[in-house]
Amino acid sequence: MNLYYAVGVVLLLLAVTAPAALLFGYGGAMAARSRIAPLRWFGKGYTAIVRGVPDIAFFLFFVIALDQGFEYLRHQVLCPDWEEPIRQGNDFVVCQAAKLPLNSAPQWQHETYGFMLAVLTFAIVFGAFAANVLYGAMRAVPKAQLETAEAYGMTQRQVTRRVLVPQMWVYALPGLSNLWMVLIKATPLLFLLGVEDIVYWARELGGTKTPRFTDYPHGDWRMWYFLALLVFYLAFTKVSEVVLSRVMARLNRGQATAAGEAQRKAAA
Amino acid sequence: MSCAQTIADYAFRAIGYGERLLPRSDFTLCQQFTLIGSGMIWNIYFGVLALLGGFVLATALALGKASGNPLLRKPAEWFVFVFRGSPLFIQFFFAYFLFLSLKGVSPVFDPLTSAVWGALIVLFLNTAAYSAEIFHGALQSIPKGDTEAADAYGLSGWSRFRRVVWPTMLRLGWPAYTNEAIFLFHATTLVFFAGFPARQQRGDALYYANYFADKTFNPFIPYPILAGYFILLTLAVIGCFGLVNRRLNRHLPQEARRGIRYRPQLLR
Repeated sequence: MNLYYAVGVVLLLLAVTAPAALLFGYGGAMAARSRIAPLRWFGKGYTAIVRGVPDIAFFLFFVIALDQGFEYLRHQVLCPDWEEPIRQGNDFVVCQAAKLPLNSAPQWQHETYGFMLAVLTFAIVFGAFAANVLYGAMRAVPKAQLETAEAYGMTQRQVTRRVLVPQMWVYALPGLSNLWMVLIKATPLLFLLGVEDIVYWARELGGTKTPRFTDYPHGDWRMWYFLALLVFYLAFTKVSEVVLSRVMARLNRGQATAAGEAQRKAAA
Repeated sequence: MSCAQTIADYAFRAIGYGERLLPRSDFTLCQQFTLIGSGMIWNIYFGVLALLGGFVLATALALGKASGNPLLRKPAEWFVFVFRGSPLFIQFFFAYFLFLSLKGVSPVFDPLTSAVWGALIVLFLNTAAYSAEIFHGALQSIPKGDTEAADAYGLSGWSRFRRVVWPTMLRLGWPAYTNEAIFLFHATTLVFFAGFPARQQRGDALYYANYFADKTFNPFIPYPILAGYFILLTLAVIGCFGLVNRRLNRHLPQEARRGIRYRPQLLR
């Protein structure tokens, strides 16, 4: 039963992270295009740093860093009269009220909090990749289209909203679909972040069971459980590929690209 | 303990030389730098050997995938799909448990359950699949004129492949292959988090960084150190591959040469 629940967790993670990462990516891409220099540096620095370092290191780093960051902020707000330093040698100490989630909180809150941290971490890391893709896509939108919009008397903001953003998707989709595949393949890393996901349950359920503890004793089945996971991911990738190629065909309709041109000729 | 002493004790700790006990308290920056650096030995070991082996298999797979004979094409296509379509993390887990059960069959498989061989095999197969896809793409985009010229010169079979097809394929695929190499090195950090045990705490760089982060509750020192090492490694890889790229392109006029652009294709 828990395994099915864990599959749900993975799907939920994908469903939540994909829009969040897109949002981060959009923010990053807009920042990198900004006219204000510090904002531009921030946007470019964000994408450059996240891409240069192994992602697992980031996953491990952000979960602790974000957790401590939140607790530190709450600590500053909730316990202003706390005297001792927060870092005592090897310990990170905040007052009881600043603990997140509270020690007294029920189990599901702890789990949800862990999950939220994981989502945020995924969103930050994949946001950087998405920012890179969207930045490239925005630059790929033909200049003439933007200039036409300006010639119609649209303001900068209107050009962005009515022309740039709708038109960039066709250029962004190959990159984004690649990103989606990678995101699917990154979900088992949830296990490293302490979320009880399918990897965790495959190890638990597959391990040797003795008759003393269970009604269904079996040997070491972990190999078969992981084989099942492997097949699950392969199937998931295949389905995504099919769906994304449909979306791409839809987006190409009427576009001034080679694929759009080919579609027009095929129809005519 | 002086820093020189620390380096003498821990510089080769990751491969089992020097002090046995890891530091347990009062961690100094020097210790963190030395141990994480010592762990990099493993990352380089996995990366270099997997790349060398993977290169040969990838060339064969790319040729198989481009072949007209379905007996050669189908297996190559499936191999590439399986290894590119599923998460490396799950592949590690599955391989580890597979090797564990093989161990029960015959002691011949004993060494495979250690990271030294088992993980290397998985990384080797994985990078072969990714590189095969790159080389296949390059093979498809060899200019028609090149092969026609080869035919006109009366080259055929092996000499045609050796003198025209193969060098051109490498030349076209090299920038993408550089990125693949960088991400392979990043992927080596997964080894000790995916089942393979770090015997006597001989782990890779991320293993030690994680060790320090766990012990000190302070992710802000070990992970940036790790990041620094990886950025250096990435630069070294770009440098080496840049030299090869220069040699591959040496017959071209100066302006037609393409430099290697760092275009990350993310983790796997």
